[in-house]
Amino acid sequence: MATGEMGAGTAMAMRIVAESARLLGAPRLIPVASAHIDGALYHGDSGTIFAERLVEGGASVAVRSTLNVGALDLMGCSRVRLAEPARGMARRMMEAYRKLGCEQSWTCAPYQAGHRPALGSDVAWGESNAVVFCNSVLGARTNRYGDFLDIACAIAGRAPDYGLHRPENRRASVIFDVSALKPVFLSSEIAWPVLGSLYGRLVGSDIGVVTGVPASPGEDALKAFGAAAASSGAVGLFHIAGVTPEAPDAETALGCNEPASVIRVTRQMAADAQMRLSTAGPGEKIDAVAIGSPHLSLAEFDALEKLVAGRRLRVPIHACTGRHVLAELDKHGRRQALEALGVVVVADTCVVVTPILPELREGVLMTNSGKFAHYAPGNTGYSVLYASLADCVESAVAGRPMLKELQS
Amino acid sequence: MSVAGGEILVPGTAGSGPALVLTAPISFWGGVDPASGRIIDVRHPQHGAAIAGTVLFLPGTIGSSSASAVLLELVHNGHAPAALVLHEPDAILLLGLIVAREMGWSTPVALRLDRVGFAAFDGRRVAVDSNGAVGFDG
Repeated sequence: MATGEMGAGTAMAMRIVAESARLLGAPRLIPVASAHIDGALYHGDSGTIFAERLVEGGASVAVRSTLNVGALDLMGCSRVRLAEPARGMARRMMEAYRKLGCEQSWTCAPYQAGHRPALGSDVAWGESNAVVFCNSVLGARTNRYGDFLDIACAIAGRAPDYGLHRPENRRASVIFDVSALKPVFLSSEIAWPVLGSLYGRLVGSDIGVVTGVPASPGEDALKAFGAAAASSGAVGLFHIAGVTPEAPDAETALGCNEPASVIRVTRQMAADAQMRLSTAGPGEKIDAVAIGSPHLSLAEFDALEKLVAGRRLRVPIHACTGRHVLAELDKHGRRQALEALGVVVVADTCVVVTPILPELREGVLMTNSGKFAHYAPGNTGYSVLYASLADCVESAVAGRPMLKELQS
Repeated sequence: MSVAGGEILVPGTAGSGPALVLTAPISFWGGVDPASGRIIDVRHPQHGAAIAGTVLFLPGTIGSSSASAVLLELVHNGHAPAALVLHEPDAILLLGLIVAREMGWSTPVALRLDRVGFAAFDGRRVAVDSNGAVGFDG
């Protein structure tokens, strides 16, 4: 396809893909089966101007493309405090991506909203947690596509052939051994964001295989592990021996090579990693609770409802999710029931990417999300108290921190 | 006076300014305020520093895939560094410059230099020319 035959928008997307390929040293472009677009979140007018330039140039996506969160709750569940003119620009940006042919999924967990590429297929996904889940848990192949390259690849239908698209680059070089941790800890919800945060910091941009996990912790735990790992390190792919599809065992994940390094995680390391997720001291007040980074699944709402057990909350729980889950909740009146108890359901967006939490000096946010714990201090100004979902709920009911001991 | 030659990663306008040598990798999204160019990651050693107008030395980048959007916004609103010096090419961050060039906006030059030499520039005024030569300014 010569650039003269396509519209200006498509030509611009092709140039961005080609220039990225040059920068990366990729020898060729390969076709991609789908895309997940992280570029529709408003960070300033520049992103809106870029997206509208593509629309004006007549571009549209060539492959299935889901959208990550935007800066507005288009479902109207929660109140976003984004003021004009930023609000209007954010809305124009979301509209531009719709005009480019993207699906209005507005979630950072597209893999739980019906977008699950096949094992071994090449895709172009953005949003760090979605990338790591897609590679690690689904076994589809994507690099960590930055904002704008994701939409450029979606329009071009192809991506630079490098990095994690190539099977030889998907092998682990580091063993991350958690066998010294108690099985009861490994099967708990709190273990996975904590271990993910530690993994990201120690393994960084390398690929590791986690060993010593007795049984699959479940998809939501893998989601939490990957999100935390991709927040604290440049993690695009992890393996868990016996759990993830490219790691039937550690030897296979390592490609039958000796590991370059072995990290033996001790109980003390896990305890320290958990402490590091908090920036507020214990025993202080809390102003809000936030859960749902990545977006809550229906199963996680089940767990929330069970823990709240009909009690009224003294401090609100912001429960961030996608419209795919909202539709299910609304079928049975579950959202309204939660809202009546003090839960604030947030759809299409979340509390660290756009102003939803009240503007407070020295506010304290409690969360069970390693990703929220990582980004909330910088993006919201709140300090963070990290805790399990059960402790988050008990604290919200009591109106003050209720923390149990870690049992790593 | 040129003291080092870097490989051009993304061509751009020559620039000079105080060197800001980061001592830890940073995630631009969540780590740098796109409106002001200030480092807002409270866990980062250079928390509070402003990157606007500096020659920014990056030992590494981590985290979000929205780094490119933050850099594009900094270019657009005039709070970008005067030049970027990276230990290794970062496809996500530099995409912000590639897109800014597509938009026809003036962008700072980005080049590669081994991070072992970064500390020598700390606290000095540094000039980077459009061929990738790095030297002390004044």
